[in-house]
Amino acid sequence: MSLTHQDVARIAQLSRIAVTEAEIEAVGAQLNNIFGLIEKMQAVNTDGIEPMAHPQDVSLRLREDVVTETNHRDAYQAVAPLVEKGLFLVPKVIE
Amino acid sequence: MIQATLKQLSQQLADKKVSAVELAAAYLDRIEALNPALNAFITVDREKTLAAAQAADARRAGGDTGALVGVPVAHKDIFCQQGWKTSCGSRMLDNFIAPYSANVIEQCDAAGLVSLGRTNMDEFAMGSSNENSYYGAVKNPWDLAAIPGGSSGGSAAAVAARMTPVATGTDTGGSIRQPASHCGITGIKPTYGVVSRYGMVAYASSLDQGGPLAQTAEDCALMLNVMAGFDARDSTSLERAKEDYSRELNQPLAGLKVGLPREYFAEGLSADVARVITAAVAELKKLGASVVDVSLPNTELSIPAYYVIAPAEASANLSRYDGVRYGHRATEYKDLVEMYEKTRAEGFGSEVKRRIMVGSYVLSHGYYDAYYLKAQKIRRLIANDFTAAFGDCDVILGPVAPTAAFNIGEKSGDPVQMYLSDIYTLSVNLAGLPAMSVPAGFADNGRPVGLQIIGNYFAEAKMLNVAHQFQQATDWHQRVPGL
Repeated sequence: MSLTHQDVARIAQLSRIAVTEAEIEAVGAQLNNIFGLIEKMQAVNTDGIEPMAHPQDVSLRLREDVVTETNHRDAYQAVAPLVEKGLFLVPKVIE
Repeated sequence: MIQATLKQLSQQLADKKVSAVELAAAYLDRIEALNPALNAFITVDREKTLAAAQAADARRAGGDTGALVGVPVAHKDIFCQQGWKTSCGSRMLDNFIAPYSANVIEQCDAAGLVSLGRTNMDEFAMGSSNENSYYGAVKNPWDLAAIPGGSSGGSAAAVAARMTPVATGTDTGGSIRQPASHCGITGIKPTYGVVSRYGMVAYASSLDQGGPLAQTAEDCALMLNVMAGFDARDSTSLERAKEDYSRELNQPLAGLKVGLPREYFAEGLSADVARVITAAVAELKKLGASVVDVSLPNTELSIPAYYVIAPAEASANLSRYDGVRYGHRATEYKDLVEMYEKTRAEGFGSEVKRRIMVGSYVLSHGYYDAYYLKAQKIRRLIANDFTAAFGDCDVILGPVAPTAAFNIGEKSGDPVQMYLSDIYTLSVNLAGLPAMSVPAGFADNGRPVGLQIIGNYFAEAKMLNVAHQFQQATDWHQRVPGL
């Protein structure tokens, strides 16, 4: 498989990472090399093999539906780029 | 004093031969002297450290007999530590002062360990050379032209240079073992789920595991006693009783069966590393171990499987860096999407961007089965290989890396070449097994070489026993770089 410039632009967009026209060639070449490495998996027969998500195959624990967190809003917002009146500020999303 | 092990420092503190403040000051002085050359630390805060040391002395004066009260430690810059910059080696978090502490930090604090500072690392733990740090490459204390390994390269270099007696690290694909090997120190990655991931900046959640780096196996056991334990705040933490990882250290090795996987000694392993590992195996035979030939036939597949699973999980985990709640935000943007795209383009380095993009692609519509699911199936095959091998032996031995530390700049232009050097470490993370690196000799160019000891699930105490007995019979772990 070989990624086109269009593919690379699409992947960058999915990743929410700005990639300039000047970078796209080099980024594409490196991604193609990495996918060349990854493609070696496809030659392996994995029919009937159960996928492994956790080495001990444990499933997620359940807990009582009670409040366990206390309010840390001020501490957590102290490290935010832009806040006002307890709200995180972002550019206008809805017209 | 500066050459002392954790165990020796603990004794000196108990005997009142030294105070925590004196210890902290001595290590801070050494860090100040050596860090300009090695770049092992990102953040040092003398005032905070001395205040913690004073508190430790007060605890001892008040009758606290905890073995590690007042012993210095350096933390990898991946563990959130309240009030300290927690950058994870990234520009993205260059302004991030952690508002809370990771479980590992809480446990170290509770044990009375004194933080010396925050060690350098590959950005978001992605790398095998420490060249991917926003704060610049770490140098190997044995040879300033060499990489220290990665991603816990700052922690490994700091222990090797005796800037700290012990350090914390994390291992997602070899990030404790490989730098420990390249820096001539001892490091252990526990069974997945043994050390809590709470507050540890996430890279690939199904593989990430914290662990210690120290001079000796005994010190690693003492540190693991502090770091390990169930934590409900980590959804994959294992509910197991606390154990004493030092309990088997002094058992003789007579009757021990060590497995040598033939795939770890095949083409690709450099002759000098093979020489060191063969000599280490011979040493263990002298101590009573017998050797069996085992096979891990899917070893080569660990590279593609890892470089699907880890980037996939990374792309999901790192989506949190959006410039909204913490970390870097671009200064100019015309709308929300552009804010995200510019923030992430500026905040992430090139390797992190590459892995996020690989991950986004393999998880994108129509590709999940072909990549992520396929890799999870191969992961099972790899784990099954180990299960079969452990039917014939107690521990598996082999190299940690195909060569001793390579030169800074040697592989940084070719990501795939860098990935291939992870061949002997990745499969352990995919299987979720514990493994460690123990100093075992030197390559032809004088750079250290580590012996990898891989154990079955929860066999940390057995691995530490093998390592400790090896260290009673050899002095590789006592060799120090001439700085």
